[in-house]
Amino acid sequence: MSAASGVWRTPEGFALSLSEEERELLRNLQTQLTSLLAEAPADPSLRRLFPPAYEEDDRAEEEYRELMQGDLTESHREALGVVEQTIDREYLVEAEAHSWLAALNSLRLALGTRLGVTEELYDEFDPRGPDAPAIGVYLYLTWLQEQFVEALATGL
Amino acid sequence: MRTSTRGQRLATARRSAVAPAPVEVEEPGGEDATEQDRPWIVIVWNDPINLMSYVTFVFRKLFGYDEAKATKLMLQVHREGKAVVSGGTREKAEHDVARLHAHGLWATMRQD
Repeated sequence: MSAASGVWRTPEGFALSLSEEERELLRNLQTQLTSLLAEAPADPSLRRLFPPAYEEDDRAEEEYRELMQGDLTESHREALGVVEQTIDREYLVEAEAHSWLAALNSLRLALGTRLGVTEELYDEFDPRGPDAPAIGVYLYLTWLQEQFVEALATGL
Repeated sequence: MRTSTRGQRLATARRSAVAPAPVEVEEPGGEDATEQDRPWIVIVWNDPINLMSYVTFVFRKLFGYDEAKATKLMLQVHREGKAVVSGGTREKAEHDVARLHAHGLWATMRQD
């Protein structure tokens, strides 16, 4: 038996209790998404990271995209970068925990889009299906993100 | 004219898109009810990936809503497919949309 996994707000900061395997998985995922953002920003799995602002005005949307795309990409990259820099830590400060939360959400958006996740994910999950391992990773990220939401929400 | 101020407006949205603190609401003044001055609304759409707890958290963090109001809006998004979460001038709407996008939420804006 190992100690419980997860994230807690403590007087010393946000305690990050993850196994080496979990940290390695997260390190790999953040590296993949960071590379994808840099090398293939038009990849369909990144669609949900860059939603449209204007739905009924193509010109306004184009202008918005031109001016904001760089900053939005940088915002996603920054959060992933914090995960990379703090992946082996036992404690995070609050700003780092916010970055972890944002990065986990980006990872779930990219992976969930690639998998075509629907709200029936839990009902339709087939443990023998070809996507089962990737869905397992997605569900792990979901669990960890919930941990961060819970830990950070107590400070709002 | 909206085009004459868009650089400034978007510059404001860019500067503060990732600011962590809640930003005060700028109420529109008593302008003439012309086409340009009609208020803008910010809509968040339902999606199967963003967690209910996370959406509530983001509404609280970005807009300073209390838990009850943030939860009510999140449930409206979840059950009805969308909810109006903020609004005001075009500048403020773009600012809010940019911050919601930085947090991974599916937000759009239009004139009310």
